[in-house]
Amino acid sequence: MARHAFPGIHTDEQLELRKVVRAFLDRHSDEAEVRRLLATEDGFDRALWRRMASELGLQGLSIPEEYGGSGFGYIEAGLVFEEAGRALLCAPYFATVALAAEALLRSGDTAACKELLPGIAAGQTVATLALGRDPTTWARRRGDGWEITGTEKYVPDGHVADLVLVVCDTDADTDSDTETGPSLFAVDGVASGLTRAALPTLDQTRKQARLTFDAAPARLIGTQGGAEPVLEQTLATAAVLLAAEQVGAASKALELAVEYAGLRVQYGRPIGSFQGVKHLCADLVVELEAANSALYDALWSLDAGSEDVALCAAVARVFCTEAYTRIAGGCIQVHGGIGFTWEHPAHLYFKRAKSSEVLLGTPAHHRGRVASLLGL
Amino acid sequence: MELDFGPQAADFQHEVRNWLDAHLVGEFAAHRGVGSPTDAEAWEVRLAWDRELAAGGWLGIGWPTRYGGRGLGLLEEIVFNYEHARARAPYRASGNGLDLLGPMLLAMGSPEQKERFLPRILAVQDLWGQGFSEPGAGSDLASVRTRAVLDGDEWVLDGQKVWSTMAQAADWLYVLARTDPESKRHKGLSMLLVPTDQPGVDIRPIRNLAGQDEFAEVFLTGARTAADLVVGRVGQGWRTAMATLGIERGATLLPQQLTFEREADDLVAAAARQAGGLDPELRARVAQAWMSVRIMRVTNLRTVGELLSGRTPGRQASTAKLYASEAHVRLGHLAAELAGPAGQIVGDGYALDLRQRAFLLSLAETIYGGTSQIQRNLIGEQVLGLPRDPRPADPAPAA
Repeated sequence: MARHAFPGIHTDEQLELRKVVRAFLDRHSDEAEVRRLLATEDGFDRALWRRMASELGLQGLSIPEEYGGSGFGYIEAGLVFEEAGRALLCAPYFATVALAAEALLRSGDTAACKELLPGIAAGQTVATLALGRDPTTWARRRGDGWEITGTEKYVPDGHVADLVLVVCDTDADTDSDTETGPSLFAVDGVASGLTRAALPTLDQTRKQARLTFDAAPARLIGTQGGAEPVLEQTLATAAVLLAAEQVGAASKALELAVEYAGLRVQYGRPIGSFQGVKHLCADLVVELEAANSALYDALWSLDAGSEDVALCAAVARVFCTEAYTRIAGGCIQVHGGIGFTWEHPAHLYFKRAKSSEVLLGTPAHHRGRVASLLGL
Repeated sequence: MELDFGPQAADFQHEVRNWLDAHLVGEFAAHRGVGSPTDAEAWEVRLAWDRELAAGGWLGIGWPTRYGGRGLGLLEEIVFNYEHARARAPYRASGNGLDLLGPMLLAMGSPEQKERFLPRILAVQDLWGQGFSEPGAGSDLASVRTRAVLDGDEWVLDGQKVWSTMAQAADWLYVLARTDPESKRHKGLSMLLVPTDQPGVDIRPIRNLAGQDEFAEVFLTGARTAADLVVGRVGQGWRTAMATLGIERGATLLPQQLTFEREADDLVAAAARQAGGLDPELRARVAQAWMSVRIMRVTNLRTVGELLSGRTPGRQASTAKLYASEAHVRLGHLAAELAGPAGQIVGDGYALDLRQRAFLLSLAETIYGGTSQIQRNLIGEQVLGLPRDPRPADPAPAA
């Protein structure tokens, strides 16, 4: 089935959106601000989070208008994630928008969407999704609602989220006739029975938490036992938006490397005039453009609701992850000794690359998925 | 790959498909998929197919009507080439004239040259060969030494050209020669048009590692051509050459992509057929190879989309050749590994199957049209703005 012919061609409005977001983040998420926030436990600035919503509608950009968003598509979302990556934005944007909001939209639970999405779009609600699928976490019916017990580790921004979505199995004893798979639940960030501990992370720009649930009250989202396809679609979308973040960050890291190569003089000439350095940089931009193609393929596919979204998402995950990791490493390499210091920003990009690599399944995992989708 | 070019191309797309359905029959249909821009395979059939296309008015559709073209735009050229490749019609034999010399004349030729040569290209009456590289001038084209001296109303050429694709079949050559004997490097060069049917032009085929006489060396010893057969101005040949080499290849991106996709699909099919299952490492590499070709598709579509909307192509247009050529070689290696010992057996007279030929021929892709090493320099300098390599103050002494 023929779909959109030419990916990667942004409209003038989309290019304008990128400019506006970049200018906003240049002003509000510069290196000094990034370093300030990464040293805090919360890892973000609530006031900026609200401004992102009130001034630019960033959290609600791709949320449908009936749920308080602006109703844009995934191409616009991709642009924002690119810029967020480029600026190393320290904010629970990925967790709230790519994970939680996406899961709510995919759940088909319109009542939950009506109730929970407007707060997200307005910048009032920080949200996340526990990805760990810890087998010891489970939900039991209690009265009209549910309660969850167990531990979820590595939850993105779990310690600051106002809304925590969890995917887990239900207690088989309660409803054995409807037990078909895991279910999606929503837990209030300050629910009784929920203990949250921030985890110290190698990549300090992306905070994680361990969440311990002890009969914490939970609300079922969507159909009981029907969360598997919701999670699958959510993770595919999240992978693509993460890929956009990775590409944006990689692009910035490459710019830093190229700028330095043009300025740093050794042996009487800029180091970029030596083929060893020049060719290294050339290989990195070749890889970046391949990653761009993978990203656009996936974004355009997502936006059109094409059948090949799962495949495109896996391809983007592989190429954008490997490009960002190699480019961030190359950035340190080109900078030589100073690239190895805490003071220089190169390590911040490098560590974000690595945390992104393991966040939603490694390239090896997704390469295997592509092989399976190809029938191998 | 099914592509929708939009409503404005729909009628034209149908016209092309209908014509191909009706004419890609018999011997032509039996030779589906043969040929490429640098391939001597099935030469006579491909020439005959070119003449079939010519009779149908399908050559030079983007050229002005006064020279036999149809005056159509880039969109129609892209659609035609895409449908032609999709139908696996034999690849044209007269590409040097159609895709290189023709556009060169349209851009920089004199009215007389255009009137004389363009219709003959479209009628497949003249085949052309390219005379650029020399034994001592490959990547460094500006160091060409073939010289041309004006003797009355004729140029007299002496020198040697090499890697001239299918020059052994050419009626004419376009030759980059040094017309100012005092000049150095890219100054003082001229682009001359030289007929091959004369004693002073000796063309000797060179066998490539696939066993094909794909290209030739050309010995010019007192070769002659009329004084007015200079394309562009005397002494401005470098400009002409660069314009030719830089001619937008947007219309051929999709046909090349279709070939890659067939190879990638064949690779996956071969992997799926592996008795006893696929080694995990090979499985990952097959997936990677397939993904690389998918990436190439999107990259080419980005460039084509930009060209069709009148935008300057983005960086991906400059990185595509390096990426695709290296990925293609890797794919060929992998396909050969999967084919195992049986894949190492050839036919009589070194007859190669499609996979074997594609693999060996792919090795040229990292060499011609700017080697991968030159590409990295160009990308570093022109795409990233890094400083150029230092040059010695004086050119290296001639070998």
